[in-house]
Amino acid sequence: MFESLSDRFEGIFTRLRGRGKLTEKDIDEVAREIRLALLEADVNVRVVKSFVARIKERANGAEVAKSLSPAQQVIKIVHEELVATLGGTAGKLTMNSRPPTVILLAGLQGSGKTTAAAKLARHLERDGKRVLLVGADLQRPAAVEQLRVLGERVGVPVTSIGTDPVAVARAGLEEAQRLGRNVVIVDTAGRLQIDTELMDELRAIRDAVNPDDALLVVDAMTGQEAVNVAETFAETIDLTGIVLTKLDGDARGGAALSVKEVTGRPIMFAGVGEKLEDFEPFHPDRMASRILGMGDMLTLIEKAEAAFDADQAAVATEKLRTGDFTLQDFLEQMRQMRKMGPLQNLVAMLPGVPKELRNAEVDEGELGKIEAIICSMTAQERNTPSIIDGSRRIRIAQGSGTTTQDVNALLKQFKQVSQMMKQFSKVNKKGKRRLTGLPPGLDPGMLGGAGGPGRLPTG
Amino acid sequence: MSDTLALVVFVAIFALAAFLIVLPRIVRSRELKRGTAATRAPAPPRPPAPPRPAPETVAPPAPVEVAPVEAPAEVAPVEPVRLRDRIGKTRASFAGLLGALRRGGKIDDESWDELEEALLLADVGMTTTEAVVQGVKERASATGADADALPALLRDEITERLERTATDRSLHHAADGPTVWLMVGVNGVGKTTTTAKLAKRELADGRKVLLAAADTFRAAAADQLAMWADRLGCAVVRGQDGGDPGAVVFDAMDAAAARSADVVLVDTAGRLHTKVNLMNELEKLKRIIERQPGALQEVLLVLDASTGQNGLAQAREFAGAVDITGVVLTKLDGTAKGGVVLAIEDEFGVPVKLVGLGEGADDLIPFDPAEFAAALVE
Repeated sequence: MFESLSDRFEGIFTRLRGRGKLTEKDIDEVAREIRLALLEADVNVRVVKSFVARIKERANGAEVAKSLSPAQQVIKIVHEELVATLGGTAGKLTMNSRPPTVILLAGLQGSGKTTAAAKLARHLERDGKRVLLVGADLQRPAAVEQLRVLGERVGVPVTSIGTDPVAVARAGLEEAQRLGRNVVIVDTAGRLQIDTELMDELRAIRDAVNPDDALLVVDAMTGQEAVNVAETFAETIDLTGIVLTKLDGDARGGAALSVKEVTGRPIMFAGVGEKLEDFEPFHPDRMASRILGMGDMLTLIEKAEAAFDADQAAVATEKLRTGDFTLQDFLEQMRQMRKMGPLQNLVAMLPGVPKELRNAEVDEGELGKIEAIICSMTAQERNTPSIIDGSRRIRIAQGSGTTTQDVNALLKQFKQVSQMMKQFSKVNKKGKRRLTGLPPGLDPGMLGGAGGPGRLPTG
Repeated sequence: MSDTLALVVFVAIFALAAFLIVLPRIVRSRELKRGTAATRAPAPPRPPAPPRPAPETVAPPAPVEVAPVEAPAEVAPVEPVRLRDRIGKTRASFAGLLGALRRGGKIDDESWDELEEALLLADVGMTTTEAVVQGVKERASATGADADALPALLRDEITERLERTATDRSLHHAADGPTVWLMVGVNGVGKTTTTAKLAKRELADGRKVLLAAADTFRAAAADQLAMWADRLGCAVVRGQDGGDPGAVVFDAMDAAAARSADVVLVDTAGRLHTKVNLMNELEKLKRIIERQPGALQEVLLVLDASTGQNGLAQAREFAGAVDITGVVLTKLDGTAKGGVVLAIEDEFGVPVKLVGLGEGADDLIPFDPAEFAAALVE
């Protein structure tokens, strides 16, 4: 949705090609672009300032590595600096040697504390911990009830005894002793950082339970405000870490950088979906790519490993390369690929994909249609599409609940794309171009001739 | 390692191949849909919707419509007396910045940089910030003003921009029969609380209110709304947790007719605007309400004031799915400025209608451009 930083740089750098060194003027120019990119990603204005200053310092006079273009060189520096700022490696919770370990969750209203509490409980239980959830949000109607329901879903007991949050938290600790739970997660009410009364209350809760970890829960969609929130919460309860929520949307998540920079505390976890298992350790490198609008190769690799059968994929690759790739292969691989999530997201994770493609919108229902069409073909038809004549087309269309135009379009597309892919694979086989960019032949313009209406749904 | 790499190369190639094959079909089907949409009569009722978990498994593609790099429009929200009372001492950052402008003297580059930074800090976003600064520059050169006048010029610029985009910020009622207002938004912005506050307002105006707890997804969301209904003394229609929100809306429409309710407030589950199946579900809820012509008067996007530039994407997607008629800017009692609404009004012409100032039932007030602008500048 936003221009990625690499797109922005491209223009600036085309005229710099061939130069061995970045001059100060070049760097000033790209610094402006970096600033814009970070501001669009909601990184705090002041954080952007200091960050850009650091980049300029590093980039100044940096030798451009032979293998990289100046643009790539700067992006590399920005990326490295982002990763370094976001925290090198993921932070870890402190586990108290004398159980129970106490984890306190705090944050603004609606940042996702209650959900994060349940997700964290599930996460720790899977690590072999015995967790107790304490519902100390007595402010929002039915908040404790929400925690109870979620606790039940993840199989963790929930307690909330008492009428004021401090007492509830304290009672929770005693309850944990009694039940022999070794981790206590205290969910607190959402509060504005400027609400002195509630911040005092939070401090009182902190004093009552003396947490080993005090985590701030931050919505990834937060804008400039993230800095104020993080500063005040850090002062009030000595934060030990951050949980970033709602990362499954399309927010660039610049708040992560702001919060990390002003608190110096690690971002420990990321909430990445509505289901309780959608919770994972935070990966600074992935977040850096996301803030910059670059592809996310690591996530792609992980997903691919989980979903694909490597041997089968190797065979299919070979077939793609030789041009023996059949509709049957296509069907099988498509089914595996769909396990990896929406096609749209996959394509977005690939680096070097033209933005026209990246921005195109995919309706997964259409994939289902394609599957239906191929499934309505006989084995022979799938292996040798050329035998599909008029009457077969009608039969296939009827069998799959589509029209003969749909069938025709699919066949035509398949033929053209498999030829294209054959070339692409060849390049990859021998060249070093592996995924660093698309082969010259594959530009979005080709789509125009590829059987469709030839207009991409990009504005 | 090389195995992994080969695998990824394959996946990449394949994903692209699949993508290219699918793409033209999608473009066409979208066009078809658009064509039929224009002529589509009020859609037939389709009560039972699949429960939420089911759609989740059908991975929804992220609708990446080309989001232009828009910049949010300017500034900080704030409602006059009340808001000011409430936050008085805390509105530090802005006052500080603009205070610097008031040092007086000539307007120099530094003044403009400070102005720009102030707007960016209010989440106004780059594009709109530039437009606003440009506007202020023109005003300044027209009047030959010095730095002292900048805050006033900024206030005027923002107020006028807002007044230009929207003249009607009222909430509408149906001429006859029940009025339905639908609340939509991403997770955690305050839809349920806002629903309750609206209920209180309507009750105070002497209308009979019915709440529809169509958030069947979040645990205990219906309980939360029911507790509010209890406090406020109005009826609530709810379904089973994890049940079909469409059925709840359907029942609420029936109940409204049976009990001759004046206003039906529909609280929906929070959903990220990138989840296509959930956005489709929302469209369906809207169609169910529209079976009763003229009933649906407002579709309100609830937006958290601390939201950054993502607010634009939210507005775009919700507008595309359910034609939002207004924005409710919540949690403005903090130091967040909600400046993104300026960009939203600029770009989509959707007016901000209400402002939320806290968790109490009374903390909801009409949005006033002049006050919003003034509070920013003070």
